[in-house]
Amino acid sequence: MDLVIEARNLVKTYKMGEFTVEALRGVSFTIERGEMVSIMGPSGSGKSTMMNTLGCLDRPTSGEYILDGEAVANMDDDQLASVRNRKVGFVFQSFNLLSRLTALGNVELPLRYAGLEEGRRARAQAALEAVGLQNRMGHRPYELSGGQQQRVAVARAIVNNPSIIMADEPTGNLDSKVGKEIMNLLLNLNKERGTTLIIITHDPNIAEQTQRIIRLRDGELESSGEKEKAEKQEAEAEKLEKQK
Amino acid sequence: MTFAQALLEALESLNGNKMRSGLTVLGIVIGVAAVIAMLAVGNGAQESITGSISSIGTNLLFVFRGNRRGPPGPGGPPRSNNSNERPLTLGDANAIADAFAAPSVAMVAPVVQGNMLITFGGETTTAPISGVTPKYATVRNLALSEGEFINDEHQLGRMSVVVLGPDTADTIFGRHDGVLGETVRIEGQPFRVIGVLVAKGGGSFGSEDKNVYIPFATAKARLLKRGGRDDIDILLAQATSAETVTKAVDEISNILRQRHRTPLGSDDFTVLTQQDFLQTLQTITGVLTIFLGGIAGISLLVGGIGIMNIMLVSVTERTREIGLRKALGARKKDILLQFLTESSLLSLLGGFIGILFGWLIAFTVGRVAAAMGTTFIPIVGVDAIILSTSFSAAIGLFFGIYPASRAANLEPVEALRYE
Repeated sequence: MDLVIEARNLVKTYKMGEFTVEALRGVSFTIERGEMVSIMGPSGSGKSTMMNTLGCLDRPTSGEYILDGEAVANMDDDQLASVRNRKVGFVFQSFNLLSRLTALGNVELPLRYAGLEEGRRARAQAALEAVGLQNRMGHRPYELSGGQQQRVAVARAIVNNPSIIMADEPTGNLDSKVGKEIMNLLLNLNKERGTTLIIITHDPNIAEQTQRIIRLRDGELESSGEKEKAEKQEAEAEKLEKQK
Repeated sequence: MTFAQALLEALESLNGNKMRSGLTVLGIVIGVAAVIAMLAVGNGAQESITGSISSIGTNLLFVFRGNRRGPPGPGGPPRSNNSNERPLTLGDANAIADAFAAPSVAMVAPVVQGNMLITFGGETTTAPISGVTPKYATVRNLALSEGEFINDEHQLGRMSVVVLGPDTADTIFGRHDGVLGETVRIEGQPFRVIGVLVAKGGGSFGSEDKNVYIPFATAKARLLKRGGRDDIDILLAQATSAETVTKAVDEISNILRQRHRTPLGSDDFTVLTQQDFLQTLQTITGVLTIFLGGIAGISLLVGGIGIMNIMLVSVTERTREIGLRKALGARKKDILLQFLTESSLLSLLGGFIGILFGWLIAFTVGRVAAAMGTTFIPIVGVDAIILSTSFSAAIGLFFGIYPASRAANLEPVEALRYE
């Protein structure tokens, strides 16, 4: 089994004045390479904290987190930055594109921070072509529709060939039709490139499109979704057999 | 991220907010321009003063009565602070003129001075009158536009003759040529004009073109009768060369100490050289330049604080951008470099424009001075340019460090959540 994420007993506490808030209280799960997983939970369940931890934006208070073979929990800020750069692609709800830069410039950003000089442009162009924006490379974000902006963001997420893509409510700011397009784009990337995809969402319709749903409640793992996934796969296998 | 990329991004970002960048740059422009202009004016003043002193002659020594180090007071020697002092006399002058006692002294010219009324026809003016010996013209390099200077005959005969400075001639005659043989009255006594001096122009002590010269003996007998018969106000001496000036000072001092029988260390006279004058004046103009530059420096500092202010606003405004960049893999160093590049770029740009403006201001000041008849050329030195350029770059860095490190130390999670 090729594990890309291995989280063991993750705990995250915040100090807010005199109170300590326990956002994660010992969560453990694993994600295989190439899997498509959604993380669900009501607000306050620790979803965002989980995404920040998995995306290496933040360190857990205690516990172990191994991302693609690297133990992340005790890294310093710059090491974390490097891991984010190489192994994580982010897609945000609000796109987060830099308005001063063109689509191409935005997609090039992670490559710049990777210190890549040669072939940077070509790789960024390839990524934009992969999301179907070959005709919009020179446009700035405000000249693009919401769906196109999110496509640029997806291109930016995949340009470094990361181990995982973290998508935080990727369709939250889009109407349902465009949202569906973006979801299909992500699903296709997962299928064709085998990129591990983690979607944080509270929308069951989105979550159902993934193979597996990790549910959080009050900072604890309610369900790792592995049983359901196995059942689903069994059901599908049965279906296939019946058809035969 | 390479530096070239950082530079490019900084340019893009500054270009994105032209108005704000422009105003920030303006603060530095004013500061640097002020520094450049002030230093140029200060240096120009120093240069013109030094030049006018050097034109008097570098071999010149001044001997005053009284133990006082400093330039002469207006119209006479510095007042003394030693009650036992003796005045300088003609005897002193003759002793110093002795080539055996003082081999380094080439020439000696005793002077008595005072301000007096000169009249011709209805015109009256007050002018500084000096009673001098014939050697004075040589010692002071005086040149005549017409006539002759005082000679031994005038001196011995205590003749009532006068050599006029061109300004005084202009004032009382309305012209400074063709006045030979006219009779003017000094304090009511008639004097025949025998010569007019060539105009020297304004010096740093004020113009010497007003000075009026009469024979020393005549002055002592008729006009400047105060003190003893042989007392003199200033003794001018000329060293044999610029190299022997120090030796001449020693020789003169020794002779005067012997003649005045002063105890060691309490001289009742003062010997000043051109070097002393130069040094004193250079100290004064140096202080002036630093003072002016300092005031200008304050405005540069204010400009720097402006940069810090704007950069802080910019960091706050771009918190999300910083968070995003960090999420995409920017290290602290990258963010720090980005913001420092922006602030240095602002201040360097301001520095360059400021140099141009400062030079323009200095140039204008020079032109205004020229129009007012003073030869005064502000000097924009390379040192001033280097100083203000590096200073403005340093200001950009210094005042950029705080905002930049604030940006670099933002937590990516917090920054991304910032609205």
